[in-house]
Amino acid sequence: MAEKITFWQRLIKGLTKTRDNFIKSMDYVFNGFTNIDDDFYEELEEVLIMGDIGVRTTENIIDDLKDAVKKEHIKEPQECKDFLINEIKQQMALDETSYDFENKTSVVLVIGVNGVGKTTTIGKLAGKLKANGKKVMVAGADTFRAAASDQLKEWAERAGVDFVGGPEGSDPAAVVYDAVHAAKARGVDVLLVDTAGRLHNKKNLMNELSKIGNTISKEFPEAYRETLIVLDGTTGQNALVQAKEFSEVTDISGIVLTKLDGTAKGGIAIAIQSELKLPVKYIGVGESIDDLEKFNPEEFVNALFYSE
Amino acid sequence: MAFDSLSEKLQGVFKNLRSKGRLSEADVKAALKEVKMALLEADVNFKVVKQFTNAVTERAIGSDVMNGLNPGQMVIKIVNEELVSLMGSEVTDITFGTGGAITTIMMVGLQGAGKTTTTAKLAGKVKQKGKKPLLVACDIYRPAAIEQLQVNGKKQDVEVFSLGDKEKPVKIAKEAMDYAKKNGFDVVIFDTAGRLHIDEDMMNELESIKSNIDILNTILVVDAMTGQDAVNVSSTFDEKIGIDGVIITKLDGDTRGGAALSIKAVTGKPILYAGMGEKLSDLEQFHPDRMASRILGMGDVLSLIEKAEAEIDKDAALKLSKKVKKASFDFNDYLLSMEQMKKLGGLSSILGMMPGMNSSQMAQLEGAVDDKKLSHIEAIILSMTPAERENPKLLNPSRKHRIAAGAGLDIAEVNRFVKQFEQSKKMMKRMPNMMGKGKGGFPFPF
Ligand SMILES: Nc1nc2c(ncn2[C@@H]2O[C@H](COP(=O)(O)OP(=O)(O)OP(=O)(O)O)[C@@H](O)[C@H]2O)c(=O)[nH]1
Ligand SMILES: Nc1nc2c(ncn2[C@@H]2O[C@H](COP(=O)(O)OP(=O)(O)O)[C@@H](O)[C@H]2O)c(=O)[nH]1
Ligand SMILES: [Mg+2]
Ligand SMILES: [Mg+2]
Repeated sequence: MAEKITFWQRLIKGLTKTRDNFIKSMDYVFNGFTNIDDDFYEELEEVLIMGDIGVRTTENIIDDLKDAVKKEHIKEPQECKDFLINEIKQQMALDETSYDFENKTSVVLVIGVNGVGKTTTIGKLAGKLKANGKKVMVAGADTFRAAASDQLKEWAERAGVDFVGGPEGSDPAAVVYDAVHAAKARGVDVLLVDTAGRLHNKKNLMNELSKIGNTISKEFPEAYRETLIVLDGTTGQNALVQAKEFSEVTDISGIVLTKLDGTAKGGIAIAIQSELKLPVKYIGVGESIDDLEKFNPEEFVNALFYSE
Repeated sequence: MAFDSLSEKLQGVFKNLRSKGRLSEADVKAALKEVKMALLEADVNFKVVKQFTNAVTERAIGSDVMNGLNPGQMVIKIVNEELVSLMGSEVTDITFGTGGAITTIMMVGLQGAGKTTTTAKLAGKVKQKGKKPLLVACDIYRPAAIEQLQVNGKKQDVEVFSLGDKEKPVKIAKEAMDYAKKNGFDVVIFDTAGRLHIDEDMMNELESIKSNIDILNTILVVDAMTGQDAVNVSSTFDEKIGIDGVIITKLDGDTRGGAALSIKAVTGKPILYAGMGEKLSDLEQFHPDRMASRILGMGDVLSLIEKAEAEIDKDAALKLSKKVKKASFDFNDYLLSMEQMKKLGGLSSILGMMPGMNSSQMAQLEGAVDDKKLSHIEAIILSMTPAERENPKLLNPSRKHRIAAGAGLDIAEVNRFVKQFEQSKKMMKRMPNMMGKGKGGFPFPF
């Protein structure tokens, strides 16, 4: 494998090629205008929407920008860029407790719709925690999808961690029950629970999630709880709905935004942060075990607005 | 939800549009600004939205505003028509090999799009057509990808060809073809690994499968929830390996699915099927026109327009359906509903609108009434006295003879009609349940 470069380096490298459209238009907005006028704002609006940020959040961002332009007597489009970068960066900032679960006795429930990268993220996270000297166990509570448990088992092997699962079609809450007790007995630091992908508009499947959550609370009340929703970075506005609906059935503590190694910009994360106050904690940047990185707001935003 | 506010905003815009007769530029611009936002909220790619709204602007300015619609609604009507024409109206299927050639299908797409699941679903579909499909496990990368296909293959009772994960996908594909020829399989579906469109090595892998095997159908599998990037993904897959059709998955979710429009707009390739769930039977024929209205997401406005178009008098419809329930439906009602039907554009279009109508019922009804017969029926009813129209029971043989003479028709035809009327009445009692709620619930007595 090629030398290991960070995602952000890759992203910026990639930006010059694959993110050309977005970057060019950002350049165009900031450089092609000499005045901050309606045309400028309109163009900016379009550019932000192209980044999957969404209509409403884009409007909010632009309203804030307009206020600032008035209050701070901003005259140059270029200054607008600095303002925007700062604004989004601050909004996406994480607080100190964000990664507490990594160093506590914790149960991490990983949820999300189908195919977003839950199992893969668990594999990567297991590898990462294990490398930090933690005793890790993964639980295969996806008893629905064909060969889901084989997939997780393979990741457990790659990461060198324990695996607990159940047969296809069995009760996921029962798997979690077994896993919690095994984790307690074996003195596991972090138990990572993989769940089946489910669309948020399927009521019975969403209820099943609360049931899993209840099992953990009941059987392992002393454990620190972390619930990560995995969102596919390629997803558009529906990711916001997903985050909302999943929040209704469980207390989500953070987001993992995957597949950012593609050409999608993941801008919906900005909308989710601004509407739901859910922080992005990790990003997925590939299919190998070390393609998971802690979210870095500064670099994320710089990369988003990067121009040569 | 974000969209609610847009819908409200749109209603607000409509209220402010007052021009009568023709659509002014201001009307069109104001309404289209909101349409643009709606499409963007649905994840239609920005560039596609721009092109699209430009085209609609041109068509809309100066158009006559239809009776019963306000200018805003008129713009939406035009928008919807253009959307439908962009999505296409035809239902398309995969291409089957001719002259004994094996039908080859290669599933391609991003990671997690739904390729493996759809491979198994498709196998079920072609099996139903009496074919013998072979599934080929070409994803040698993702953990347990082969097992996943094998488990699904077993569920569908379809054989899966695999050489494990140590051989190159091209080699697996070639050997699978030999195996298929030797063993009488007539459809071969290749499940490939998920890949990014910018991953050159992985894209080359697909190219080399294509250059070694005559792939009749390269199917791009796309998640319905995809955002702005759908354009990059689909155009790159199409340019690099060439796609013949698209399958959209996870439409059982609540996404508006604007990606479908983007993909259609940039590749021009037909969308063949829609994935509607995780079960292996959850694969449906794709209906482009229905997708168009899902993307626009203005079902309420659209049904308003439909109603105005048909000039359906809601009161009359209500009165009729009440009568149907009480079985007090008479010849006057029959006449009235015939007029309504004419306004709706003929019998077959109405039958097509009725959900839950199966094809044999369709055939029965279409056989019972064609347009020539309709004019005869009209003549028969018009030859009845007011009392006879209100009370079908009055019709005795001598009255029927008088009516036949008045309508200039054979007595047999009058008899047939009266008998059919009685049958329809019985059938109609069951009809209201068969008819969709959204369509005005108008009972058609045939
Ligand atoms: N709700 C719903 N889920 C679907 C649909 N199609 C596939 N899925 C689910 O989406 C997830 C991914 O499907 P796969 O068939 O494994 O996707 P894939 O493209 O083969 O994925 P990779 O091989 O990992 O790239 C699974 O959880 C499937 O059960 C659909 O139409 N609706
Ligand atoms: N390129 C890329 N692919 C990913 C990433 N994360 C997961 N995947 C792939 O996405 C697909 C679905 O992932 P999986 O973990 O099975 O999703 P789940 O259904 O949510 O458990 C698999 O093919 C993964 O290899 C990522 O960050 N980048
Ligand atoms: Mg999984
Ligand atoms: Mg697959």
